[in-house]
Amino acid sequence: MTPGNFLETMETAEFRVSPDAHIVVDSAICADCTTRECVVACPANLFVPTADGGVVFNYEQCFECGTCYMVCTQEGAIKWDYPAGGYGVVFHRT
Amino acid sequence: MTDVDVIVVGGGPAGSCAAIVAARAGLSVVLLERGPFPGSKNMYGGVVYPRILDELIPNWWEEAPIQRWVTRRSTMLLTETQALTVDFRTEAWGKAPYNGATAYRPDFDHWLAGHAEAAGAQLLTSTTVTGLLRDANGAVVGVTTDRPDGDLRARVVIACDGVNSFLAKEAGLYEHTDAKHFTLGVKETLALPKEVIDERFGVRGREGVDIEIIGGTGAVNGGGFVYTNLETVAVGVVLKISKLASQSMRPEQIIANLKAHPGIAPLIEGGEIKEYSAHLIPEAGLKMMPKMTTDGMLVAGDAAALCLAAGIWLEGVNFAMASGMYAGESAAEAIKVSDVSAAGLGGYQRRLSETFVLKDHRKLRRAPELVLSDRVQHLYPQMIANVVERMFRIDNPAPKPGLRRILNQERKRAGIKRRDLMRDTLDGYRSFG
Repeated sequence: MTPGNFLETMETAEFRVSPDAHIVVDSAICADCTTRECVVACPANLFVPTADGGVVFNYEQCFECGTCYMVCTQEGAIKWDYPAGGYGVVFHRT
Repeated sequence: MTDVDVIVVGGGPAGSCAAIVAARAGLSVVLLERGPFPGSKNMYGGVVYPRILDELIPNWWEEAPIQRWVTRRSTMLLTETQALTVDFRTEAWGKAPYNGATAYRPDFDHWLAGHAEAAGAQLLTSTTVTGLLRDANGAVVGVTTDRPDGDLRARVVIACDGVNSFLAKEAGLYEHTDAKHFTLGVKETLALPKEVIDERFGVRGREGVDIEIIGGTGAVNGGGFVYTNLETVAVGVVLKISKLASQSMRPEQIIANLKAHPGIAPLIEGGEIKEYSAHLIPEAGLKMMPKMTTDGMLVAGDAAALCLAAGIWLEGVNFAMASGMYAGESAAEAIKVSDVSAAGLGGYQRRLSETFVLKDHRKLRRAPELVLSDRVQHLYPQMIANVVERMFRIDNPAPKPGLRRILNQERKRAGIKRRDLMRDTLDGYRSFG
């Protein structure tokens, strides 16, 4: 699957985006991390390594699954909450 | 000073069943859901086995929003180029009282929450619970929410807040959580015309197919699935997150590889993706379960790790519904005698222990680990597929080789020790027997 295709795949899921990020990643801590478990494991591919050696997280298309904080090995790197009520992923009804 | 008798956190199957039972017992109940409607945050493969609903909603099958009744179950072993399928079908599961069904969780959960409201529970959507309220002795007496003036007090809180259950963790019911005990489910829902699905899967009307797959997830321990809905096919994988995180192939690529397998590709060809989704699964059964009760609070469903991932049995919604029911009953029982301490709520643990909820888990306690073990995942599928291929390959003029010799040769070729094979066979027999 090419990166372009996956962006289209992600477009099929609905997200009601909150003005506030429910997950905050401390890029300075990530800069010291060599294993970067989140980058491969996040099913929405929201963890992106940056040129300066950190990691940015885009919360807008998050499934709120919890995989990232569970596989993360860096204490304090990921601050994880649910989005405010009504926001975030909304799976489809028929 | 309480606002209501019972607060149920989470409008999934556990929460709605807890709310139905508590409300029918005459208690005032608030059911809190963080999504815009119940089911909006919920995802599974998806097959549901609603037998337990006979106790709550007689003839539920006449009204439940199901997609297809599962009348055909296949278990598939995949290698890169081979597929071995054990296929079972029965007419019986296609008529009342039915067995399993495919259903969309936003439909099913929304429907079930409607029954909670009909029973008298007050449903509050778009409300995220942010923490617990405790009294001076540490007993749970309510929750905080993200609504203005959002504190809510109750005699009993039933936490059905899902696999990440921050409430169970906050209450100290989990000693620790370990990434090794979780799998990540990811799936694509692919649109296909009903006639095409019927023809490819060999079913008619509302009949449906459930295909469980082992060996199709590359280097990551896990499994795959294909389920038929009325006009979509769900295809996906379940991945052990500790393994997923320690290699380089992303989940969508693992699905893409499964979809491209010669045993799967013809089933889904031309299917246009309607929705991509993901969710965590508590996979380790008894090994990961929390304490179920504390003063003023019970925990049910995925929040209590009540999900059965035992290879040929993959169930969660039924365990959620049952544990929710028993939590609702136990809360009502405790409130009636004005003892909502952990001891007063002790009927919950007893009900779980006396029913399939914990009996199945105890019986199958070795299964989750065995199914996800490296040999079962990475060595046995190839060995078994090779044995079958050689059994059915006609090598004339050479005569047929003996099955025992083929098995022995393929075992050696796969690098499996005879002792390990025997131990795993015995373990499998003990796990599933």
